[in-house]
Amino acid sequence: MSIFSRKKSVSTDADSTDIFNKETEGLSQGQIVLKRFIRHRGAMISLIVLFSLIAFVFSTLGFKIFGIGYGGWWKYKITDIPTLRTNGCSIELPGCPTLDLLPGKNFGLGDHPFGQDDLGRDYFSLVMRGAERSIEVMVVIGLVAGIVGIIIGSIAGFYRGWIDAILMRFNDFVITIPAIVLGAVIGFHFGNKGVLFLAFFLGLITWGGLSRLVRGEFLTLREREFVDAARVAGASNRRIIFKHILPNAIGVIIVNITLVMSGAILLEAALSYLGFGVVAPDVSLGLLISQYQDSFTTRPWLFWYPGLLIIIIALCVNFIGDGLRDAFDPRQRRRISRKDRAAERQPAVKK
Amino acid sequence: MSTPVLKVSDLTVEFWVDGVWYPAAVDISFEVDAGQTVAIVGESGSGKSTVAMAIMSLLASNARVTGSVKVKDQEVLGAPTQLLQKYRGKEVAYIFQEPMTALNPVYTIGFQIIETLRNHFDMGPSEARTRAIELITMVEIPDPERSVDKYPHQLSGGQRQRAMIAQALACDPALLVADEPTTALDVTVQAEILDLMRGLRTRLNSGILLITHDMGVVADMADEIMVMQNGHTVEYGTADQIFNRPTHPYTQQLLASVPKLGSTTMRLLDPSESAKQPVLKLTNVTIEYPKHGRIPAFVAVEDFSLEIFPGEIVGLVGESGSGKTTVGRASIGLIPIKAGQLEVVGKDISRASHKELRHIRRNTGIVFQDPASSLNPRLPIGESIGEPLYLAKIAKDKELDKMVEDLLAKVELPRSYRNRYPHELSGGQRQRVGIARALALTPDILIADEPTSALDVSVQARFLELLQELQEQLKFACLFISHDLGVVDILSHRIAVMQNGKLVEVGSRDEILKHPKDPYTQRLLGAVPVPDPALQKVRREARLAAQH
Repeated sequence: MSIFSRKKSVSTDADSTDIFNKETEGLSQGQIVLKRFIRHRGAMISLIVLFSLIAFVFSTLGFKIFGIGYGGWWKYKITDIPTLRTNGCSIELPGCPTLDLLPGKNFGLGDHPFGQDDLGRDYFSLVMRGAERSIEVMVVIGLVAGIVGIIIGSIAGFYRGWIDAILMRFNDFVITIPAIVLGAVIGFHFGNKGVLFLAFFLGLITWGGLSRLVRGEFLTLREREFVDAARVAGASNRRIIFKHILPNAIGVIIVNITLVMSGAILLEAALSYLGFGVVAPDVSLGLLISQYQDSFTTRPWLFWYPGLLIIIIALCVNFIGDGLRDAFDPRQRRRISRKDRAAERQPAVKK
Repeated sequence: MSTPVLKVSDLTVEFWVDGVWYPAAVDISFEVDAGQTVAIVGESGSGKSTVAMAIMSLLASNARVTGSVKVKDQEVLGAPTQLLQKYRGKEVAYIFQEPMTALNPVYTIGFQIIETLRNHFDMGPSEARTRAIELITMVEIPDPERSVDKYPHQLSGGQRQRAMIAQALACDPALLVADEPTTALDVTVQAEILDLMRGLRTRLNSGILLITHDMGVVADMADEIMVMQNGHTVEYGTADQIFNRPTHPYTQQLLASVPKLGSTTMRLLDPSESAKQPVLKLTNVTIEYPKHGRIPAFVAVEDFSLEIFPGEIVGLVGESGSGKTTVGRASIGLIPIKAGQLEVVGKDISRASHKELRHIRRNTGIVFQDPASSLNPRLPIGESIGEPLYLAKIAKDKELDKMVEDLLAKVELPRSYRNRYPHELSGGQRQRVGIARALALTPDILIADEPTSALDVSVQARFLELLQELQEQLKFACLFISHDLGVVDILSHRIAVMQNGKLVEVGSRDEILKHPKDPYTQRLLGAVPVPDPALQKVRREARLAAQH
C-alpha cells in the first residue's frame, strides 16, 4: 500500500518521475549504481573539479606520453630562472604573486601568478609540476594498494583455511616493513626511474590495512544466507566474491582507499624531504610545503598555493569516495524521498 | 479495592522523524492489578513494545510522551532520573525477548543478579550471593550452587531466559514487563517458562504485563487482553471476551490467521504419485560438522531416512538444534554428507562433483528462513530473481526480463518492484521474492527452511496460501521445515518429526497429529499453546498431570 502512495507523492518531483517510469525496464546493479552516483551532487561536482584541475595542471607545463607530446601553454619551465620581480612588492619581499582576482588594472594572472621562490623560479610552474607529481603518486598508490588489498583480502576471507593463514602471515610481514625505509631504499637505487616507479612500489607495501579490513568483512559476509542462495542459483566462487560479497564491503574499502590516498601524499612528501622521492629539479606539492614551511610568516604564498592544491585534491577524492559509497549502499536514500515518506506517513496515521 | 500496580492513562508516544511527529502509540489506557496478567497483542509495528518502553522510560531521545503512567500511584512520566533508577528493577522489572543479548556475556549470571540486588538494597556480598542462589533455585535452574557461577553461554536458551527472570525477580517487583519472553524459545521450553511465570505470579502476587504476538501464549497466560494495531487500541477486554466474542474485525482476522492444529481438512496425495520414483531420497544419512580447531566434530544428523514423492509436501518438524535445517541444506548439496545415500531426482549427490552439483541444483530450489539475510542487500530484487536463470544460461537480456516479470506476477508482486532493493520491501514481500527466486528454474523439489518464522501471523497466513496455490499449479515436491506444528499442519501431506538429529516418527498428517506414537511427538504436541483459553487450560492441566 504505502509503496504506491509513496510513488504518487514522489512523482510531483520532476526528475523522479522518469526514474519511476523507467523502473519496469529492469536495471542491473551496475546501472543503478551509476545512476545513483550521477545523482550525487557533491560527488559529481568533485569529479568535475578534479578532472578540470587535472586537465589544467597537466596542460600547463605539457606532457609526453608514448612520443606524443604537448608543449604546455605556460611561458616558464621549472628550470627557468627569471630575475626576481621587485616592483610592486615591498623591498623585503621580492617575488610576490601577481595573481589578482579583483577587477582593476592588475586583473589577471600577471607574470608570476603564484610569485617566485628565493632563486626567482616561477612558483606557478613549480606548483603545477608539484601537483602533477602528487596526483600521479596518489593515483598509482591508491590503485595498486586498492587492487592488491582487495584481491588478497577477499581471497583470504572467502576461502579461509590454509589460504587465509598463508596470505595473512604474508600480510603481517608486509605491514611490518616500514614504508619510509623501503621507499628510501628504492628511491636511492632507482631514483632515476622516476616517481611513478617509486609510487608503484609504495603501493605494493601499503595494502596491509586494507586487506585486513576486506578479509574481516568477507568473513562475516560469507556466512550470510544470500551467499548460500547464490551458490544454489549456480554461481561460481568468482561470481560470489565479486558480484555478491564485494559490493557489500564497498563502504569499508572506499573509506580505506581514500585514507591510503591522502596518506600517499604525506608519504611522498616525507620521502622527498629525505631526498629519496621526487629528486630536484622535479618537485611535488608535499616537497614544496616542507621546503618552505619556514616562509609561512614572511612569504606565505610559498606555503599557501601548494597547500591549497593538496586540500582541493584531497577533498575531491573524499567526496567522490563518499558518492561511490552512497551509490553502492541502497540504504542511503536521497533526502527528498525520505521527507516524502515522513510526509506521507503523517496523514495516513491521522485518520 | 487496592490501587493497581500499573495505571496507564491516555498514553501517547510520538517520534520525531525528519521534521514530523510520527505517532507510535495513541491514547493507550489500561490497568494492571496485583496478581493479574494483562497481555498486549499486535503484529510488528503496532506499537506494543513502544508502550512497554514508555512504561520503563527507556524511549529514544527523539520521542515525545504525553499522558500518564502511574506505578503504585507514583507518576513515572517525567520523573527525575534518580527516581527512575530506584524504581526500575525494584518496582518494575523487565524481561527481554532475546536472553543471549540481554545478559552480559562477560559476567556470570550470579554476578548480574547480585549487581541488581546490591544496587537496590543495602546488602553484603555474601548475603547477596545467598539470595541469588535462592532466586536461581526459585526459577528452577538445575544445580543452583554451581549454576550461579556460570556464564550465559554455558546455559541453554531456556535456562538463560530463567536467569533473566531470576534477575528480574531479584527485588520482588510489583510489576513484571515481559516483552516477547518466549519468542526465541522452542515450544517445550516455552511451555516450561510460561508455567514458571504463572507459578511466580501466584506466589509473589505481582502484576505481569505480557507483550507478544503469539495468540497461543496469550490464551495460556492472560486475564485481560489489549489488541493493538498501528498504535491504536483496537479492542480491550477479558481473555474470554477477546477469544470467544471478538467484536472488532481486526481481532477476528488476527484470530482467524492463527494456524490451528487439525482445523484444516486433510490433504491427500494422489496415489499414482507415490508409485513414482521419489524426487528426494535420503537413506541412512549421517551429517557431521567436522572438527574445527579444538572444537570436536559434531554429528548433527544420524541415520536419517526419508522419501519425498513428486507433488508431495512433507513437513519436517523439530526443535532448535534437532538438525532439521541441516537435512534441508544437505538435500541441495550445501553441506556434504558423511555416510549414507542422498538421491535428488534419481541422482546420487552424496559423492557428486562440483559440476554435477550445479546440474542437480537446477532441479532444486530453496527458500531460506530469514528473507532479510538471504537476499543480497546490494542487489535489486529483479536481479536476485533472475540470477539462477542467467547462470543456468536459460535466458538473457530481454528474455530474462520477461521471465523475471512473469515470476514477480506469479508471487503477486507488482513488476515495477524489480529495481527495488530488499530493504525497501516488507518482510512478507521479501519472502515472496525468495520464493520467486527458488521457483525460477521450475524445480522438482523445493526446500522451504522455516520460511514463515520471521513473518507476522496474518502475513504468514497469506504466504502459506500463496505457497499452496503455487504448489497446486506447478506440482513441485516440497520439504517444508518448521518448528511450528500449526503451519506444517496446514500444508503437509506427511509429517516427519526430528529430535537430536534422529528421525523420531514419520507418517500422514492424521497419524502424527491425532495419534502420535512416539512420546516425544506427544510431548511436542502437548506443549503447543492453543489460541483458546478454556481449551488451553484443559491441555495445560493434562500436560502437567502427565509430568507428575
